[in-house]
Amino acid sequence: MEGKRGIVLTGTTVGIISVLLVYFGNPANMGFCIACFIRDIAGAIGLHRAPVVQYIRPEIIGLVLGAFIMSKKRKEFQATGGSSPMTRFVLSIFVMIGALVFLGCPLRMVLRIGGGDLNALVGLAGFIAGTGVGVFFLNKGFNLKRNYKISNMEGSIFPALNIGLLVLLLVSPAFLFFSETGPGASYAPMAIALGAGLIVGILAQRSRLCMVGGTRDMILFRDSYLLLGFVSVILSSGLLNMAFGFFELGFEGQPIAHTDGLWNFLGMAVVGWASVLLGGCPLRQLILAGEGNSDSAISVMGLLVGAAISHNFGLASSAAGPTANGQYAVGIGIVFLLMVSWKNAEFISKNILGKERA
Amino acid sequence: MRKIDTCGMSCPQPVLMTKKALEETPEGIEVVVDNNTAKANVSRFMKHTGYQVTVQEMGEHYIIVGEKSK
Repeated sequence: MEGKRGIVLTGTTVGIISVLLVYFGNPANMGFCIACFIRDIAGAIGLHRAPVVQYIRPEIIGLVLGAFIMSKKRKEFQATGGSSPMTRFVLSIFVMIGALVFLGCPLRMVLRIGGGDLNALVGLAGFIAGTGVGVFFLNKGFNLKRNYKISNMEGSIFPALNIGLLVLLLVSPAFLFFSETGPGASYAPMAIALGAGLIVGILAQRSRLCMVGGTRDMILFRDSYLLLGFVSVILSSGLLNMAFGFFELGFEGQPIAHTDGLWNFLGMAVVGWASVLLGGCPLRQLILAGEGNSDSAISVMGLLVGAAISHNFGLASSAAGPTANGQYAVGIGIVFLLMVSWKNAEFISKNILGKERA
Repeated sequence: MRKIDTCGMSCPQPVLMTKKALEETPEGIEVVVDNNTAKANVSRFMKHTGYQVTVQEMGEHYIIVGEKSK
């Protein structure tokens, strides 16, 4: 699992499972979408009231618990935290805002490409550009300072919360919100969705699959390991989409997507840039949070709050296109990213790069 | 041999620190890491750039030694 075969196997499996989830009821090109699914969970627990995107997605629970179980089994569960939590929280809010302007996290962007949605290629261009900017600051010494060992109890709270979420889904008390129409009402049966999440969580924990890591490592180190996973998802989902007749090549009329190229580009640019600063895409944050990393757990909380803000403030796009508020929010995001990148790079450059100045 | 400590740093910092250190000390370095991801990433980076890599487990840490292949 450590080698190239492992990452290709993981990417291929993620692509296949994603298309199967659509076959079993998930929205089109949305077998997995970490941003969309966390947004649905935010809606289900009433953090936003957009009636079409409210559901507790078992895939998320499965991903976290799969990573938790696997990391415990392999003795890789490490309770850590304390690496600039507030910066990570706000960065994640902007990851979610950017993703909901584009309409998908990096994983869904890849799955949309595999479904023939050419708007996602525009998103990919933005994603690569944003990742490139993030890498520029990494090379200037950007980092969010070190983390520290924390208690196992602290590191276990996030996985435990996901068990609580599963109980809520099973009991379905009246205070939860579940969509009756729209994407939130399209879902695969609970056991299938949970199982799919568990399998991908286990594989992603072992192979360290990360959508932003692929592009980042290629630019930074000419290392293709994670990029192989990225490409494998596109190939396997594309082929299976064709086999099932789900593949539709074009810009117009793509499922849960819009055709505004500029905002597809800028939305994903914010996602790529912020994800590089965070050290991983939303999928990777979920997996790390399952492994006891409370900085990543804070990031997931940022995604949750970002989803609530996006829908409460009218930032999320729809099939009709981006909103004016969403465009302002992306602009604010870029300013924030610039500030965070600059301040954290400058700080470390005095220490690490001091020798080069001398 | 020069030793760098990457403990507590999250991805991709350990590899970046390794890369910078190898640029300054091309004959080889020792890198201390505290997690499996960093262990795999730093080892892979050093192998790709032509170093012979050995990994020692020291309690909760790993020491990765990279020496220039002959």
